[in-house]
Amino acid sequence: MINTKVNFCGVEFKNPIVTASGTFGFGMEYNQFVPLEEYGGFSAKGLTRVAREGNKPPRIAETPSGILNSVGLQNPGVEYFAESIMPIISEYDTNIIANMSGNTVEEYCEMAEILSDTDIALIEMNISCPNVKHGGLAFGTDAKVVNDLTKEVKKHCKKPLVVKLSPNVTSISEIAKAAADGGADGLSLINTLLGMKIDINTRRPILKNNTGGLSGPAVKPVAVRMIHEVYNAVDIPIIGMGGVMSGEDVIEFMLAGASLVALGTGLFAKPDLILSVKKDIENYMNRYNIENITDLIGAAVMN
Amino acid sequence: MKYNELCKLVSKKEISTGIFDFVIESENIAKDTQCGQFLHINCGDGTFLRRPISICDAYDGKVRFIFEVKGQGTKDLAKKETGDMIDVIGPLGHGFEVSDGVKHPVVIGGGIGVFPLYKLTKELGGRADVFLGFRSADRVVMEKEFEQISNMTIVGTDDGSYGYDGYIAAAMEQYLNFHDCDMIYSCGPMPMLKAVKKIAEEKGIKCQISLEQRMGCGIGACLVCSCETVNSGADKYAKVCTNGPVFYSEEVTLND
Repeated sequence: MINTKVNFCGVEFKNPIVTASGTFGFGMEYNQFVPLEEYGGFSAKGLTRVAREGNKPPRIAETPSGILNSVGLQNPGVEYFAESIMPIISEYDTNIIANMSGNTVEEYCEMAEILSDTDIALIEMNISCPNVKHGGLAFGTDAKVVNDLTKEVKKHCKKPLVVKLSPNVTSISEIAKAAADGGADGLSLINTLLGMKIDINTRRPILKNNTGGLSGPAVKPVAVRMIHEVYNAVDIPIIGMGGVMSGEDVIEFMLAGASLVALGTGLFAKPDLILSVKKDIENYMNRYNIENITDLIGAAVMN
Repeated sequence: MKYNELCKLVSKKEISTGIFDFVIESENIAKDTQCGQFLHINCGDGTFLRRPISICDAYDGKVRFIFEVKGQGTKDLAKKETGDMIDVIGPLGHGFEVSDGVKHPVVIGGGIGVFPLYKLTKELGGRADVFLGFRSADRVVMEKEFEQISNMTIVGTDDGSYGYDGYIAAAMEQYLNFHDCDMIYSCGPMPMLKAVKKIAEEKGIKCQISLEQRMGCGIGACLVCSCETVNSGADKYAKVCTNGPVFYSEEVTLND
């Protein structure tokens, strides 16, 4: 009998499969295809202190094995989430991860307080959105800023705090250490890689925002390398994400050091991706006689 | 209900150069389709994302859609042969609202925008006056089919090589100067939709328009296929895939 349970920051996940914020709405959209209970948990659409309208369209461009997006954190605001969305989605037997982005330290702290009073399992602090002018990525690329922000938010946070890291940095392990030293309970990585696509006929970028975040299988090797680096640099658990399309990809991310693994852009191609992913994992565990899935975490052996 | 199914391609025709008329089998999608809805189609290995393609007709366990080959996705899709299985999600989106209270509907479509208007026109039960615009005579499609299900069908071409000479919105505007109309239904290129919206608003006629936008998930989760509305805040941009693709013209700005 295989055991796929993972304890992440004191929260039990029935399996290590979660979803990446921004690709999964508030969960209900995908519940039409696969019951939310199939997932260990899911990360809801990124929230801000007040509602945001998002960027002008087009907001998506297809690229080789991936997509660029520039949604720009369109969302109804953290209070609407707590009051109107949580009562609906908390009915499902799965862990809810709330994702938040702020313009200022104060906004992050206020959101952490509001979210701490709900039934969510974890707070994921996004310091790495490439599509907004203020906040977002500006917080996530400076180790000192990450350290100060994490320390401050921890004072206001009654739930485990997971800091979502940007790959758009010189040394991701340095940022990871800064977050861990600041008191982060876990890390999630990678957010999207900043990219651009130009229409050669109009000579203009496809995205109205000009640049956007790259996701999908194209970023997977970058994600695996960064998870491996961060796993070796810190002692807190990792949610890994970046182009996962199969159970084999989930195994690879866990071997690199992830405790939980998120499906994201792959859901756009296959809304029922979770089902084949779980089957793949079961087959792998049986083939290699792995009893506990947690035995795979960080088990890759370097040459 | 929305379904994700592997559907068999049972009929394939090239009705004009690069324009393919496909019929697939799906009891579920056929029975639940409302006019103006779309399918989200996995075109093959050459593209990562699915392609949203509007439903032309749905009947007896079959779903018909017509598309033009434009990029890699539609190019791959056009290579499918009868008997092949196609991975389809559908029916998706909020379609046209058809009410018995509408006595004099006008339907106006441009180019490949005419296809989602076919099932709509059928459901209007022969009441519709239909205007179809194309670039030139060689691009005219479905004229006979629309004639059979409408009160009247007028075809025009931008270059005057067939039928009404000029933009089809201008033909509709002239017609509306002398005829009653209590609902306009429209789908086509953005300049045509802007003209139709303006005419409808000037004449005080309710108008439903079907929009398109580059799409991600197709089911309302990813927020990329947005269109600008008259609202503000988190509701400024609506989701073309679930709030639309059909909107009332007064709800949306049609700004780029």
